[in-house]
Amino acid sequence: MIAHAVFFYLFAFIAIVSAIMVTAARNTVHSVFFLILDFISISCLFIMIGAEFLGMIMLIVYVGAVAVLFLFVVMMLNVAQQKNQWFASSKSSSHIPAGLLVSLIIFFELIIVIGGWKYKPDLLNSSTILISNTTTNTHSLGNVLYTDYIHLFQISGMILLVAMIGAIVLTFRQRAGLKKQSYIKQISRERADGVEVVNVPKNKGVKIDV
Amino acid sequence: MFSIGLGHYLTLGAIIFTIGLIGIFLNRKNVIVLLMSIELILLAVNINLVSFSIFINDLSGQIFTLFILTVAAAEAAIGLAIIVVYFRNAGTIRVEEIEKLKG
Repeated sequence: MIAHAVFFYLFAFIAIVSAIMVTAARNTVHSVFFLILDFISISCLFIMIGAEFLGMIMLIVYVGAVAVLFLFVVMMLNVAQQKNQWFASSKSSSHIPAGLLVSLIIFFELIIVIGGWKYKPDLLNSSTILISNTTTNTHSLGNVLYTDYIHLFQISGMILLVAMIGAIVLTFRQRAGLKKQSYIKQISRERADGVEVVNVPKNKGVKIDV
Repeated sequence: MFSIGLGHYLTLGAIIFTIGLIGIFLNRKNVIVLLMSIELILLAVNINLVSFSIFINDLSGQIFTLFILTVAAAEAAIGLAIIVVYFRNAGTIRVEEIEKLKG
């Protein structure tokens, strides 16, 4: 029990500090690195609490795909050298107090809801899809995901397809003056177009007109 | 103190949510950091759903988390594509200099 508490506080501390560093780091590349650290510590928490499949999926999807995509874009756009200007910009510092105020109010509202809320006594018995102790987390998730939630699962696949097509269409660019292979031209070329047999007279040579 | 309950996880989620919110409000850098703050907010929501799912002993929360993960990945891909196109057209993605919509 104490080990659980110690590891919870350790991972939670790392997650909070790295989340602060994501928004406060001077270099955008460092922000992405701290985002990766944040995802990893949260996935450790998920594994610790008993949601192993989601922890692993967080690692694969967020760290393996999303964060690396962020890293690619940051390095491609060459914005890593743009320095952070927190509280330093005169042009837009007028809305910083309001933003801080609203954020803190939202935080205190969340804390009030968490701390002062009484759950219904039968909440713990109201679950419809129980977590079983005999099958693994991945097994039971698959049992539910492919039966009860199959339509939502397929719709999420459609969302990913639309996102892929949208990203390709958005970033596709036709450049002028780019030399491309033309397969039709290559295939339809005859021997007579390229090669000519010339009868060369002795001691005269051949005049090649280019 | 040493028995970690639902409240601890919810508090962690609330803290990370607020950090993401502050990151969006106070961001003076580029739009990519703003997208990362949105990812932080989605992460906080995921923490809430998973901890409720575990402590109520109901699997639905983890399935919702899976769908949120899908939407977050799609959103990151589209958002980054838009940023790349904007950078190609305008030459900058600093938040201060994106003011074409200002009337």
